[in-house]
Amino acid sequence: MATVTLHDAGMRKKPIDAGTTGLGVAALCVLAFLYTPIATLIVFSFNSNSITRLPLEDFTFDWYTRALGNPDLMTAVWNSVFVGVSAVMICLAIGIPTALALDRHDFPGKTVFRRLVILPITLPGLITGVSMLTFFRSVGVDLSIWTVIVGHGTALTAIVVTNVFARLQRFDRRIEEASADLGARPWQTFRHVTLPNIRSAIIGSSLISFTLSFDEIPVTFFLTGRDNTLPMYIWSVIRRGITPEINAVGTIIVVISITLILISVFMMHRENDRAGPVRPAR
Amino acid sequence: MKPRTRQVLNFWSLFTGPALWWGTVLLVPYLIMLAISFYTRQFPFHVPDFQFGNYVTLIADSQYFLVLLRSLWIALAVSVTAFCLSYPLAYFLAFKVRSNRLRLFLYTAAIVPLWVSYLLRAYTWKTILGSEGILNSFLMWIGIISEPSTIFLYNQGAMVVTMAYIFTPFMVMPIYASLEKIPRSLIEASKDLGAPRFTTFRKITLPLSMPGVLAGFTFTFGLSIGDFISPILVGGPYSNMIANVVATQFGMAMNWPLGSALGVVLLVIVLGIITASDKLERIGRINLG
Repeated sequence: MATVTLHDAGMRKKPIDAGTTGLGVAALCVLAFLYTPIATLIVFSFNSNSITRLPLEDFTFDWYTRALGNPDLMTAVWNSVFVGVSAVMICLAIGIPTALALDRHDFPGKTVFRRLVILPITLPGLITGVSMLTFFRSVGVDLSIWTVIVGHGTALTAIVVTNVFARLQRFDRRIEEASADLGARPWQTFRHVTLPNIRSAIIGSSLISFTLSFDEIPVTFFLTGRDNTLPMYIWSVIRRGITPEINAVGTIIVVISITLILISVFMMHRENDRAGPVRPAR
Repeated sequence: MKPRTRQVLNFWSLFTGPALWWGTVLLVPYLIMLAISFYTRQFPFHVPDFQFGNYVTLIADSQYFLVLLRSLWIALAVSVTAFCLSYPLAYFLAFKVRSNRLRLFLYTAAIVPLWVSYLLRAYTWKTILGSEGILNSFLMWIGIISEPSTIFLYNQGAMVVTMAYIFTPFMVMPIYASLEKIPRSLIEASKDLGAPRFTTFRKITLPLSMPGVLAGFTFTFGLSIGDFISPILVGGPYSNMIANVVATQFGMAMNWPLGSALGVVLLVIVLGIITASDKLERIGRINLG
């Protein structure tokens, strides 16, 4: 970033040429391509025609009223919230100690362990789903909302691990030593020194994990019992046909998830900007 | 207590929980899947065994081999399409946008769709391309066609467009990152030495952005070859991908050994691509000095 800023400051104003214009038009077209479907979803959630086609008809909130009044849909929403919150708790309970262990200890097989832990976000989600299905069946666990929670926990913990680990790598451990020298017990040091320093990474990655869990299909598909999550409910509906109710739900999801993600990006950026001295490389 | 002992104690108090968890829910399931891929199918389920029949079926049975080839082909087509969309955008952002604030805004705008529900993004393409969809009604509205056309949806083209749309942000991110890292002095030097713009691009910018392109291809390829949602939603009859067959074997077909074998193949393909791109990147780095 720094070099770019310097460069920009020293750059003379040049007339914009045809090549640049062409490139700009292409870039705008790509952005338009990225946003047309999302705009479509939002526009048709307010359109009274039950078939999503042009020209638009009257403006309506009908689909929102119907969606919010649909008991199956609302049950699915609450199931998803429950799954998401529980999965995030697993991610934190496992992810933070994993990140701490990777950052602070050397142990045999560390490289292999590190690769293993990020496999669920490197490999297609379907592989996590299928392998966990074979596991649950082998040990005789019936599929239910709990198997979905464990699945999401497994699939998404890597996000907490990578984010918290990255933050720990830049954290100056001399502050912890100072805390210990001043007589703080290890848990006090963790609570008052370490935790505040990694807090924004924890919150940010929790929000990302929740958003991903709320939208998760490939793992849920194989591990779900009778209780549908929201994506599974939507999936079962859209396979049968198209209903603007889904557009209304979709619009709500879009707004909420973009808000959550922007908050988490903002939190991580803010913390990065005011991060203190970078820890010297070992 | 000796410091060394305390260190070990600290480590295990931290690591016991995670080690048990990762072992149980990650390592063991992968191993079970691997084991089942050698089992024999027998009504009503399967019996433990050690034979390679399931893998042989995948290659010898043209039905499965075709699916394998198709998956590779579609994943490649998706990656190339996403690349063609991403490179101009990333290039424009990195070199042509002069205001930092605008650049950050546009970059964020290119990434945000990633966080909009995957399922909904695939589904909107169904509403756009369908015979009663937006594209058809738009074309009829402005008078280009008089009858709704069915050529847009339920084919491989629709699949490629949908998946390219979904995964394009994964291509934009690494390409932009690598373009941004290129020292501007190199490009200025090339210009000062009289190279035409395209030569500068071909000899300087493009080679130096290859690590990003490679990373983008790896992401996009891995994600699209493992997708089974888009093929079902927009793909039509000849669109089965590896992931779809895996899903069927674990669902209706109830042939877990074959499904597991296919799962292992998918795992190997994706890990293979990640390793290969790692290697390529390293070779490239040495060449560029």
